[in-house]
Amino acid sequence: MTDLSVDLGFIKLKNPVIAASGTFGYGLEFEPFIDLNLLGGFVVKGLYFSPREGNAPPRLAEASSGLINAIGLPGIGVERFSEEVLPRIRKYDTAIIVNVCGESEEEYGSVVEFLDKKEGISAYELNISCPNVKKDGLCPALSPEATFSAVSLVRKISSRPLITKLSPNVTDILEIALSAQEAGSDAISLVNTFLALAVDTETRRPKLANVYGGLSGPAIKPIALRMVHQVASRVNIPVIGMGGILEGNDALEFLIAGAKAVEVGTANFVDPEATKRIIDELNGYCQKMGIDRIETLIGSLRT
Amino acid sequence: MIKDPRARIVGKESWRDYFLMRLESPRIADRSRPGQFIMVRINAHHHPLLRRPFSIHSKNGKTIEIFFQVAGLGTDLLSQKNTDETLDILGPLGNGFKAEAELKGKAVALVGGGRGIAPLYFLAQELRSSGAASRIFYGGKTRADLPLRENLEKQGFDISCSTDDGSFGFKGFVSDLLKAELKKFTPARIFACGPEPMMKKISGTARQKSIPAEFSLESVMGCGFGACWGCVKRIKRGDGEELVKICEEGPVFPAEEIVWEEEEG
Ligand SMILES: Cc1cc2nc3c(=O)[nH]c(=O)nc-3n(C[C@H](O)[C@H](O)[C@H](O)COP(=O)(O)OP(=O)(O)OC[C@H]3O[C@@H](n4cnc5c(N)ncnc54)[C@H](O)[C@@H]3O)c2cc1C
Ligand SMILES: Cc1cc2nc3c(=O)[nH]c(=O)nc-3n(C[C@H](O)[C@H](O)[C@H](O)COP(=O)(O)O)c2cc1C
Ligand code: FES
Repeated sequence: MTDLSVDLGFIKLKNPVIAASGTFGYGLEFEPFIDLNLLGGFVVKGLYFSPREGNAPPRLAEASSGLINAIGLPGIGVERFSEEVLPRIRKYDTAIIVNVCGESEEEYGSVVEFLDKKEGISAYELNISCPNVKKDGLCPALSPEATFSAVSLVRKISSRPLITKLSPNVTDILEIALSAQEAGSDAISLVNTFLALAVDTETRRPKLANVYGGLSGPAIKPIALRMVHQVASRVNIPVIGMGGILEGNDALEFLIAGAKAVEVGTANFVDPEATKRIIDELNGYCQKMGIDRIETLIGSLRT
Repeated sequence: MIKDPRARIVGKESWRDYFLMRLESPRIADRSRPGQFIMVRINAHHHPLLRRPFSIHSKNGKTIEIFFQVAGLGTDLLSQKNTDETLDILGPLGNGFKAEAELKGKAVALVGGGRGIAPLYFLAQELRSSGAASRIFYGGKTRADLPLRENLEKQGFDISCSTDDGSFGFKGFVSDLLKAELKKFTPARIFACGPEPMMKKISGTARQKSIPAEFSLESVMGCGFGACWGCVKRIKRGDGEELVKICEEGPVFPAEEIVWEEEEG
């Protein structure tokens, strides 16, 4: 038997596969397809303090081997989440991570303050990188200062581990990652989606009502991998890698490039059993290659 | 909701750019109701990436049918699949048409524009077995856009057609044909599926005549099972309006709940 578990320091996952925020609903949507106990963990849809409607439709456009979305973080807010969802998902033996959003730094703080009193959450993933809520994709993760400031504030309030989720829409990803680390983040996850545009040539209108959206899926994988490698080689907190993982082999690329765990996003729409299949494929690879502990692969890129 | 990774294509018919495919998927067939849909994985590669939604056109024992028109790459690739190949499908999804049971012994109108006829055939069959009399109104741009007409006639359905260019049946939109016919008969309910401007017109007519109506809406879908929040439409709920996931709470909505989009100027 291969040991697929990975130790992030603040939490040990039974395997490195985590379902990514916004692509796994609140977890419950996947109950008909997979046993959630099999997962390393899952991240629920981004939560603001209050319920939110999100952006006007159309919200989705397909691109070559990718998906552009401008969902705009609709959601049920922390109160309904704690009352209606958390009791139903906390029974699962897997890491439950809440993706925390905020219109302001204070809102990130109040979401965490509220959730800190509730049982059943393993960690927070600070979503300072959603490109779809402010004009031109503006978000804290675009500047080292705003990243530092948001992470420091939440760090003071949170009793739980913090994962800071970074945006790829920056010139120097390492600078931002180092800011998050300095501000006390326990881990870094990357990447969120790439700011993108799709045009309907018949109407000459953008395909999305929001004009810009975020590109995800296989199309972004090589760039995401490069960024994960850049960051993982320099920070000393764990890195969770994502971007275009559809198969076990994609996940392996991220682990070898230095990610301690991976998140699987868009793949969940294409194949609702994707996370389970990827875990099986990782297992198969390790057995074939004679690897007893998957952790030995992490950061093993030969350069 | 079931994932069937190996639904076998057991029949295929085609007319110009319209295709009818019969899929063997016993567990999905067993649970399917009119107005529900399936999500079809086009191929195992990355492009096109997302599954495509198709209404369930009919069911018969272990099989279901889909009826589609080629609209882009996904439907084009799908149209090239042949008998004995298998498809990875999810279904049945969505809520389906309502009110079938109450319609026993009554007359109803089913209005399909173009590929919008797809879910109405299943509905007509179910209504027939529950003892309602359906009149089907089937509209297309031109004669070749009415590929299912003969089949519907053969099945003994009462069907009236329209074409925009007058090449077959009533000349004009199917919404105008319905409006004209409503002077002569009053259905207990109208069910419609097709392009949004058509459904919006029918909704107006139904309201004028105080006839309850249900519409099957479309939007680009990321997942089909409530996980992406991509498919929302504006729907009246309580005193206000909400953006509702049509894959979960739809795709069928009663006329009074739908907030139609403004016509583009
Ligand atoms: C619940 C539901 C049931 C449907 N049932 C049927 C059916 O029974 N028969 C049938 O022929 N079609 C049906 N459709 C529409 C069908 O899903 C689209 O035509 C198809 O997804 C287009 O894929 P494509 O790759 O060929 O085209 P693309 O290249 O993806 O798109 C071609 C054009 O179609 C538009 N489009 C893309 N996806 C959708 C979508 N989901 N709905 C509407 N327009 C879309 C695009 O904006 C573009 O203008 C249904 C859609 C929904 C939401
Ligand atoms: C429809 C959709 C919704 C998303 N919603 C969120 C979200 O709420 N919070 C977040 O941090 N990331 C969100 N993301 C980003 C994903 O979690 C992930 O970072 C990104 O899609 C890249 O991974 P992928 O290529 O595997 O999808 C969303 C992505 C998609 C496609
Ligand atoms: S299509 Fe994903 S939520 Fe409806």
